[in-house]
Amino acid sequence: MNDALVAISILWLFVFMYAILGSVDFGAGFWGMVYSRRGKTRAGALANRFLSPTWEVTNVFLVLLVVTLVTFFPTAVYPIGMALLVPGSLVLLLLTFRSTFMVFQYNTDRFQEILSVVSGVTGLLIPSLLVLVLPILTGGFIDPDTGELMLGALFTRPISYAYLTFGLSSELFLSSAFLSDYSREADDDEAYRVFRNHARWLGPVALLAGITAVFLMGYEAVWLRQGIEAQRWWFLASGILFLTGYAALWIKPAHPRWSRGLPRLAFVCFIGQYALASLAYGRAHLPYMVYPDITVDAAVTNPAMFRSLLVSYAIGLAILIPGFYYFWQLFLKDKRYLHRE
Amino acid sequence: MDELIIARSLFGSSLGFHIIFATLGVGIPFMILIAELIYQWRKDPHYVILAKRWTKAQAILLGVAIPSGTIVAVQMSLLWPRYMEMVGEVIALPFQIELFAFFVEALFMSIYVYAAERLSPLARITSVFLVALGGTASAVLITAANAWMNTPTGFDVQGGEIINVRPLEAFFSPSFRTAASHVVASAYMTGAFAIASVAAFGMLKSRKRGTAYAAHKKALMLSLAIGGVMSLLTGWNGHSAAQVLHVHQPEKLAAAEGLFETQAYAPLAIGGVPDLDRRELVGGVEIPALLSFLATNRLDGVVKGLNEFPRETWPPFYVHTLFNLMVFVGTFLMFLALLAWMIKWKRKEKPLPRWLLWVLVGAGPLSMLGIEFGWVFTCSGRQPWTIYQYQLTSEAVTDATGLLGWFILFISLYVMLCIVTAVVMRAFFKRRPLEEELAAVGGKGETVGHE
Ligand code: HDD
Ligand code: HEM
Ligand code: HEM
Repeated sequence: MNDALVAISILWLFVFMYAILGSVDFGAGFWGMVYSRRGKTRAGALANRFLSPTWEVTNVFLVLLVVTLVTFFPTAVYPIGMALLVPGSLVLLLLTFRSTFMVFQYNTDRFQEILSVVSGVTGLLIPSLLVLVLPILTGGFIDPDTGELMLGALFTRPISYAYLTFGLSSELFLSSAFLSDYSREADDDEAYRVFRNHARWLGPVALLAGITAVFLMGYEAVWLRQGIEAQRWWFLASGILFLTGYAALWIKPAHPRWSRGLPRLAFVCFIGQYALASLAYGRAHLPYMVYPDITVDAAVTNPAMFRSLLVSYAIGLAILIPGFYYFWQLFLKDKRYLHRE
Repeated sequence: MDELIIARSLFGSSLGFHIIFATLGVGIPFMILIAELIYQWRKDPHYVILAKRWTKAQAILLGVAIPSGTIVAVQMSLLWPRYMEMVGEVIALPFQIELFAFFVEALFMSIYVYAAERLSPLARITSVFLVALGGTASAVLITAANAWMNTPTGFDVQGGEIINVRPLEAFFSPSFRTAASHVVASAYMTGAFAIASVAAFGMLKSRKRGTAYAAHKKALMLSLAIGGVMSLLTGWNGHSAAQVLHVHQPEKLAAAEGLFETQAYAPLAIGGVPDLDRRELVGGVEIPALLSFLATNRLDGVVKGLNEFPRETWPPFYVHTLFNLMVFVGTFLMFLALLAWMIKWKRKEKPLPRWLLWVLVGAGPLSMLGIEFGWVFTCSGRQPWTIYQYQLTSEAVTDATGLLGWFILFISLYVMLCIVTAVVMRAFFKRRPLEEELAAVGGKGETVGHE
């Protein structure tokens, strides 16, 4: 692998991690809103309990994405910055609202209602804007003369809506799959059933939306279609993982330990499904970062900087991994936290 | 309006907004750590309560610090894409490492806030230490990037191409050491004075014999001690920063002092307004030879004046005022802290006079103003360069249009956030009066003041 390929793989890995973490996080915000308003407070409280300590960490992943793009691919910053000025600034505004209100929600008892609406509504809008980056990067929406985004086109072509549907259904699907596992860990049967049922109907919806989006994209961008066809085995493998995970949402083994279902297995399969699909989509997209002007080989940084960045990753991860483990122990495993009322 | 002016105003305002919360995010965790340590040493439960309350306040501030920082980071790429291109080639390292600092800070802040009651004392102190370390590290790292913009090194340019990049040399650029220590000291100072302000206000509002008064007084004296020491350090390494300017960015120093003629025995100018057309300082007091002494350690040292440089590269005239104000803040607060300690020492157990408390209420906001003056001074004093002698601000800016709408939108957002933060702070602490929390632990809150 050359520098460019290593760099884009790391960047893409972070995109994928943020996609999963973000889906779970924003989705939990949305479910938190739905259920605290519907009186089914246990499911809402569960979603919020997960969200309180984690959103900050999730947010750092977004910053990580931006910084990794700048540091590994400095010459791609200009065109991408131009193209994403509008959606990027909107995401910033919404994210600011959201994070601020999340903190305040934890710290005051007043204004609960409006606070949960803010985190729920932004939890839908932010992922919608983020997923639109994918069609933008295929080039069809960037004005070749000014480099600016053609907003009119973005909002009128069906392909945008296909990606949007895919993004939103994936977000809700992944978050309900995660929350059903989380509520199992917390031994909360009511919340568990609620979220498992959501995962059951959202799974097929997300899958269909994804297939539709990819097909429509094939019409718009021939180069991408050819890439996708070349990656069909990866997509197939991703589909198989989906089916496995989906089956795990229904099966209840006789063994008492598993008798309430296998949400952990299901969620792990779904992560694998999205990982393989992202891998395939990313490979199909190569060598372009932004079609047709920016390729990874042309945009990658100089070798000296590349090497020192890799060293800093190695050191940084060595410090952080124990931190993440400790965090996970405290908030995703510790019964004292999970069972708090 | 000119898109460049709007881009500069938008970015400057975003940073000016972020820095308020970022500086407190460096300074307050440091104070929390000290309070936790004092508690372990003296076993006075007041300090734990103080640490807890400061943590709550810090958690609320974090709710603005993190999104505003995210805004700055993304806006940097959106508004200054040509600058970020060079950053990516040469000074990517601090930005990258800063992320690890953010992760450390975010992880352990969540742990300290949401899991405090499940942690052992040692784990609690370790967590808060890591939060403070993460905050300080992010300040040092971002300052490394800023220092490089002022004194760029670690690369060569050949035919418009950047070649031969040396990442570590870029990181440790000539102004890095002084800038980083100055930024950290001024942030600790500001965190301490912010707490002093709140404590002084609390003392004015509480009964003189109450436990709340005693706890506020402990907070006040602690934060004045730390604030005083830190303002001394700030002035000290600010002086070193000025000496670095003398060597590496002489026109910035000349503009800061309103000095036009290159001369030995150069005077230090306080106040006044530089008139760029007549090339002289109007008004203002001049202390003979002091500038030469401060910049070069000798009275006959030669300090360069603005006339040495082409007019197009002069920084704006107002940096002189900004510099004066920053130095004033440092000097004033250092003496204020000293004065307050002397009065407390003379009056022994008697309460502090109310006029002093009222002055102390202003200390935190004043210190924060010092931070703002200092940053606008470095960033504007670098104009017209974004990367000194390599990239003009007009070359760095985006070609995108229609920035005015965004400017208005973001300014409204910042105003709204300030209001909401204030409302939430008030609501939070109104519902949890200090007396009640103190009563819950009992403890040896010595009663103060028998008039
Ligand atoms: C409470 C805040 C505060 C206070 C009291 C001072 N400073 Fe400061 N100063 C800063 C906060 C600050 C800052 C915000 O931290 C800056 C902006 C950029 C930087 O590196 O630090 C800064 C920059 C800065 C620079 C510019 C460095 C550069 O552009 O490379 C100089 C020369 C000084 N300071 C000198 C001083 C002196 C001689 C002071 C005397 C007391 C002083 N500062 C007090
Ligand atoms: C000298 C100026 C700055 C200082 C001292 C500073 C310091 C900090 C600190 C301490 C935090 C953590 C928030 C807290 O604990 O309260 C923070 C957050 C942040 N800062 Fe700044 N910062 C500065 C300027 C900048 C600049 C110029 C950028 C853009 C490149 C930036 C990007 C960020 C980001 C992205 C975050 C949020 C990180 C997260 O998601 O947790 N900061 N900053
Ligand atoms: C956090 C405190 C800071 C404040 C209040 C601040 C303020 C400002 C202001 C007012 C401007 C506009 C200057 C002018 O046009 O006259 C500016 C420009 C800029 N600043 Fe800073 N700044 C801060 C920190 C930083 C840091 C830490 C960095 C880099 C790491 C940075 C990078 C820039 C860049 C790239 C520009 C735009 C180009 C330029 O005008 O030079 N700033 N800042």
